[in-house]
Amino acid sequence: MSVLELRNISKRYGAIQALNNVSLAIEPGEVVGLMGDNGAGKSTLVKVIAGNFAPTSGDVFISDQKMAFHKPLDAQKAGIEVVYQDLAICNNMSAASNVFLGREPTRKIGPIKVVDYAFMRKRSAELFARLKSETRPRDLVHKMSGGQRQAVAIARTLLSDAKIVLMDEPTAAISVRQVAEVLNLIRQLSDHGIAVVLISHRMPDVFDVASKVVVLRRGELVANKKASASSPEEITGLITGAIESA
Amino acid sequence: MANPSLADVINRSQHHGWAARIVNQQIFWVFLAAVFACLALTVLTDSFATERNLFNVTRNFAFVGIIALGMTAVIASGGIDLSVGSTLVISAMTVSVIMSAGMPFWAGCIAALAVSLLVGAVNGVLIAYAKMPPFVVTLGMLSVARSLAMVLSDNKMIYEFGPDHDFLLWLGGGATFGLPHPLIIMIILACLTAFAFRHLRWGQHLFAIGGNENAAVLTGIPVARIKVSVYMFSALMAGIAGVLEVGWLGGVTTNLGQAMELTVIAAAVIGGANLAGGGGTAFGAVVGALLIEVIRNSLILLGISTFWQGTFVGSFIVIAVAFDRFRQKKV
Repeated sequence: MSVLELRNISKRYGAIQALNNVSLAIEPGEVVGLMGDNGAGKSTLVKVIAGNFAPTSGDVFISDQKMAFHKPLDAQKAGIEVVYQDLAICNNMSAASNVFLGREPTRKIGPIKVVDYAFMRKRSAELFARLKSETRPRDLVHKMSGGQRQAVAIARTLLSDAKIVLMDEPTAAISVRQVAEVLNLIRQLSDHGIAVVLISHRMPDVFDVASKVVVLRRGELVANKKASASSPEEITGLITGAIESA
Repeated sequence: MANPSLADVINRSQHHGWAARIVNQQIFWVFLAAVFACLALTVLTDSFATERNLFNVTRNFAFVGIIALGMTAVIASGGIDLSVGSTLVISAMTVSVIMSAGMPFWAGCIAALAVSLLVGAVNGVLIAYAKMPPFVVTLGMLSVARSLAMVLSDNKMIYEFGPDHDFLLWLGGGATFGLPHPLIIMIILACLTAFAFRHLRWGQHLFAIGGNENAAVLTGIPVARIKVSVYMFSALMAGIAGVLEVGWLGGVTTNLGQAMELTVIAAAVIGGANLAGGGGTAFGAVVGALLIEVIRNSLILLGISTFWQGTFVGSFIVIAVAFDRFRQKKV
């Protein structure tokens, strides 16, 4: 059973065909490297999956159930979480507050609903432990390393029972050591049976964690194969068009 | 510690010990400055530490302190409210006009606060939904609200407040247990604001908006609604201060609260509100207001011309922001 299946997805913006007949299936716990040059349709595909907009034609299935997302919240409810490139994190707040941003748990004191900090700290500490990250719930994000920030953003996706996590260029702007940290986080997600779609330009990162590599070129899916059966050279050829398809 | 328990990890924090944590706060130094100024004045002048002068200081700073609470919320959410002085006067004028027409205090008070909330709602809607810059919207409101107060009162001074005249004067100018009423109300409001900042989702959300508005949008925080509520909160605080100030002065003219926005912003910023958004505390607003009032009072007592006050208040804003920049760089 695939956790996510795309069938013949097309998306048109007026005369521009951003996605053309893309079909793809992702298994639970699979890490898929989604690659392609700028304008190849990666972002469009991610936005279709995340419910930012509906495809012009084609269907999205989650756990073999047909879905129709009208807004990102619909996708989130179906188990799709997005880690944005800028991480959508507030530097002035603690790690725990950031994990629960917009979904703060409350408890009642008389008629007043107050934010339950104790629960937030406990739960986020558990999530960081699960991710094997050393991030501390009370610390301000402002003072954290890039890897710890990623952990905060990823812990957020674990709050709800996510089935798929979409990550947009998580390793683009951080140091080499932090990249290793982020790749470890991705492995942790995978170990917990969560599928990860990793959008990246960085070939070594993709080959490091991804079990499957998918290449888009001009809105078409030109490759979908096991990472172990491919090579960075082949993928580069596929991205640029030197190799037609694989 | 090879294998720290979960509780250890939760309780770990970057600052070690409460002393280090306190010394790291801007507000600690501001508070120290205020205390130092008070001590210096007690030694240098005969008139500072008199009961009468202290009563005046505490009452005067309460008005600025109350409005600074609202201003701190606005600044923490990443905005600014330049219309507080005008909101104060339109509230003061509304309560005065209604009471002088023979209506009871509660009717005038409710109307004044309703008008203030309306002012805040207009500000908030234009900023949050029409996406106009807060600076422009509230600058426009600064002019509009004061002009409406003039229209409302025909620009006359009002000093007769109908049947509840004495109650109004008692509320704004009286004292209980030796504490001026505006001070008591400021303390209550400061506690409520501190609680809301820290313990309500409203507080979390407004600091999140100030910290990273884009993140707030992406995580599903109702950003526009929160923003409107923040400007309404600021206007409500100005409205409450307006009603109290009428009672203290025993009369109201339309130049009440002129240029007050600058003092209030200075109080909030000195108290640690971050003009870039995302930072500020209720306690800071109060301490900031206190420091400004003590300095103002000391200028008078030391026989320095009141013309210098603007120089001090203006410089304070700049110095507080510079101090904050410097601290951020160091970290």
